[in-house]
Amino acid sequence: MAKITLSKLRHSYFPNPKSPSDYALKEIDLDWSDGGAYALLGPSGCGKSTLLNIISGLLVPSEGQILFDGQDVTKLPPDQRNIAQVFQFPVIYDTMSVYDNLAFPLRNRGRDENTVRERVMAIAEMLEVTDMLDQKAAGLSPDNKQKISMGRGLVREDVNVVMFDEPLTVIDPHLKWKLRSKLKELHQRVKATMIYVTHDQTEALTFADQVVVMQLGEVVQIGTPIELFERPAHTFVGHFIGSPGMNILPCTLLNGAARFADHNIALEGPIHGEALGKTEIGIRPEFVSLSDQGLPAVVTKVSDVGRHIVVECEANGTRISAVVEGRAPEKGTAVHLSFRQDMTRLYIDGWLASTPETSLEAAE
Amino acid sequence: MQKRSIVPIIYILFLMLPIYWLVAMSFKTTNEILAGFSLFPQTFTLENYKVIFTDPSWYWGYINSIAYVTINTVISITVALPAAYAFSRYRFLGDKQLFFWLLTNRMAPAAVFALPFFQLYSAVELFDTYWAVALAHCLFNIPLSVWILEGFMGGVPKELDETAFVDGYSFPRFFATIFIPSIKAGVGVAAFFCFMFSWVELLLAKTLTAVAAKPIAATMTKTASSAGYELGLLAAAGTLTIIPGAIVIYFVRNYIAKGFAMGRV
Amino acid sequence: MKTENQKAWFFVLPVLLLVAFNALIPMMTVVNYSVQETFGDNVFFWQGLDWFQQILRSERFHAALGRQFLFTFLILIIEVPLGIAIALSMPRKGLWVPVCLVLMALPMLIPWNVVGAMWNIFTLPDIGLLGYFLNHVLGINYDMTQDPLAAWVTIITMDVWHWTSLVVLLSYAGLVSIPDAYYQAAKIDGASNWSVFRFIQLPKMKTVLTIAILLRFMDSFNIYTEPFVLTGGGPGNSTTMLSIDLVKIALGQFDLGPAAAMSLIYFAITLLVSWLFYTLMTKDDLN
Repeated sequence: MAKITLSKLRHSYFPNPKSPSDYALKEIDLDWSDGGAYALLGPSGCGKSTLLNIISGLLVPSEGQILFDGQDVTKLPPDQRNIAQVFQFPVIYDTMSVYDNLAFPLRNRGRDENTVRERVMAIAEMLEVTDMLDQKAAGLSPDNKQKISMGRGLVREDVNVVMFDEPLTVIDPHLKWKLRSKLKELHQRVKATMIYVTHDQTEALTFADQVVVMQLGEVVQIGTPIELFERPAHTFVGHFIGSPGMNILPCTLLNGAARFADHNIALEGPIHGEALGKTEIGIRPEFVSLSDQGLPAVVTKVSDVGRHIVVECEANGTRISAVVEGRAPEKGTAVHLSFRQDMTRLYIDGWLASTPETSLEAAE
Repeated sequence: MQKRSIVPIIYILFLMLPIYWLVAMSFKTTNEILAGFSLFPQTFTLENYKVIFTDPSWYWGYINSIAYVTINTVISITVALPAAYAFSRYRFLGDKQLFFWLLTNRMAPAAVFALPFFQLYSAVELFDTYWAVALAHCLFNIPLSVWILEGFMGGVPKELDETAFVDGYSFPRFFATIFIPSIKAGVGVAAFFCFMFSWVELLLAKTLTAVAAKPIAATMTKTASSAGYELGLLAAAGTLTIIPGAIVIYFVRNYIAKGFAMGRV
Repeated sequence: MKTENQKAWFFVLPVLLLVAFNALIPMMTVVNYSVQETFGDNVFFWQGLDWFQQILRSERFHAALGRQFLFTFLILIIEVPLGIAIALSMPRKGLWVPVCLVLMALPMLIPWNVVGAMWNIFTLPDIGLLGYFLNHVLGINYDMTQDPLAAWVTIITMDVWHWTSLVVLLSYAGLVSIPDAYYQAAKIDGASNWSVFRFIQLPKMKTVLTIAILLRFMDSFNIYTEPFVLTGGGPGNSTTMLSIDLVKIALGQFDLGPAAAMSLIYFAITLLVSWLFYTLMTKDDLN
């Protein structure tokens, strides 16, 4: 088990990167504490797999360092890092039995057969695969295969970190949640540091204590699932997390107040930073409500998603969604929208630029 | 990585040596060849090639070979396509047995068939025509094509067919305009192997022809009988037989590795 | 899943007719000859299974069969491991991969008698590149028209030259189909190079290797043209393979009955051994 530190990490697949766009991974500084559950979340091509491969040692970064418990492992090959990785497609050794698959990493490290037996039995019991130990691994179902490849990672007692690279991609939907809760349970039992890479927000938010959101090779925000939901540090996070994503309204600033469609929109608090770039208001649909007064809008689409109803409106050419409980207006109805003030944020050039009133008071 | 690539390099050198020697010899005069050993042609000559390109009995050999190989490839692929489709999409009475029986023909020694083929094709009056050789080579090329194409078709999801039929495509139109284009790599690979095995086979081709359809490879034997042993001429003719294969393989270079891998066992 | 449809037979019919025309009619002719005796003029006498007994007891057949098995055995144990080794040492991607593959496939595209002729020229004792090198540079007395051992070495080398690439191409196709994740997982699991080969590469190559071994078996067991052109079966009968012997009997001596009986025995052996190979190599998949 180890604490993981990424220091000034950069990576480019080109031998002589010049412009920032040559970097698949822009400068990253991160600290992950021992025994935590983390998720790397982002769309495909955002650099999360590159980062994962750098941590596992399959890739050597162009610049920067990786430290395990303060020890530099940047140049160490994967087998000397004591890490485990579970891949997108289950990797199992077809010709071996399930038992031999689980024993493989231990035998390669020269453990005696008694230790091997003890560890394999313990892990098999944890994964609930004890009854399959004698079977050929080739005949297993995808979810069991994925369990075995997870087991190969967990079987080593000295593992620093277990990494999951979109491990549920090939699993049937109805088995996904089962495997996901199994993972969560395993994390609590073995207390290993775990890093889970995915583009699926549900998987990331349910698994991790802390989520790292990435876009275009850059870390956009690190936070707990609640923080990501309530205070997205970037419009990208607001948009990417949540269903539907955050409403983004282009606005102008006039004497410190945000104006959209000739309406003053009350923000959570004062604006910090210089308002030179593109200014936008961000508000989650969950905090938009239909009322008698406020921003006039027309309902364009109503969709019942089960627990609640999503009402899509249009105001001044911008689409704004609202989550409504109970009855929703018909399509074409003229409505007024009101925003919950403490959840209304201002973004400048995509980055969060408003500070909540309360925290300002607390700081003073 | 660098150190390991020495193995393929040595192997390729080993492959190229006899070919180099054949080509080098084709540019030598008969006198030089018989006079003794020389690594490079001392008196470079195109005389051997000139003989081949001016003597009809030589260059007709090439035309004949290319003719029957082409006919065979076209026939094999045309009949193999629907059959492979049937094997890959449907279950029918005796399908497995039929598939296996087809493959057993790939195992038949050509020598076993030489004489019966001669009699059969004489009886149907096709002896010494392109058709005789082209049809005879179907014996091993059709099973091979069915096998390769079936592998490629198996990789095409069945939903493609179903969607097309739902969209109102008739079967022939679906097959020609949607299905075949989606496995064109497979058709390329199968055609390549048909070409290859028909081009290199000699025993049946020689048995089934006399004059009119005689393949180039058989024409070559005459170098031995006429004025002594004209090695230069033999080498030049041999060199020319390598060229069509080299051209064909260039077109499928990105698929050859995949070709057999797709076939099922 | 496949749907049951008897109309599929119509799709298979053209193939069936063409192959049956080429396979069944000649096969019937062969069976017909194999049980009769003829003295020419299309007059035949019933002979029963005499020819079969005669062939099965004939020392000439035993010798040719022995040579045939020895040849096939030797080329399989050389070409298969060599082909796998070469495929393993090839880079998996890069610009010169297609170049390598094209050059490697070239020998397979040369007409078989040209292969024989080419190796004949290559090994001529005084004027061939290899023959000259062996005789005059290394000082080894090499002449395959005189020495059976030299003839065998030459034929084996020629076949290795001609067909190893088939094993290389197939193994290589199997290798490139292995996802990177397998190699990465093996690295993380601390697997040695041997373990990677034994537990990842070999299992993934199994299908294509089965095809390679079957094809190499069939084609080497049926080999005719190359050794016929290279050595003519000599010196003596030392390189007379089954096919060469069969053609000698059928077309040379025109002994149709014995030749037909031999054909059938020959074909049966090829089928039997192919089936054995196939069953042995795929028996793990069944359970």
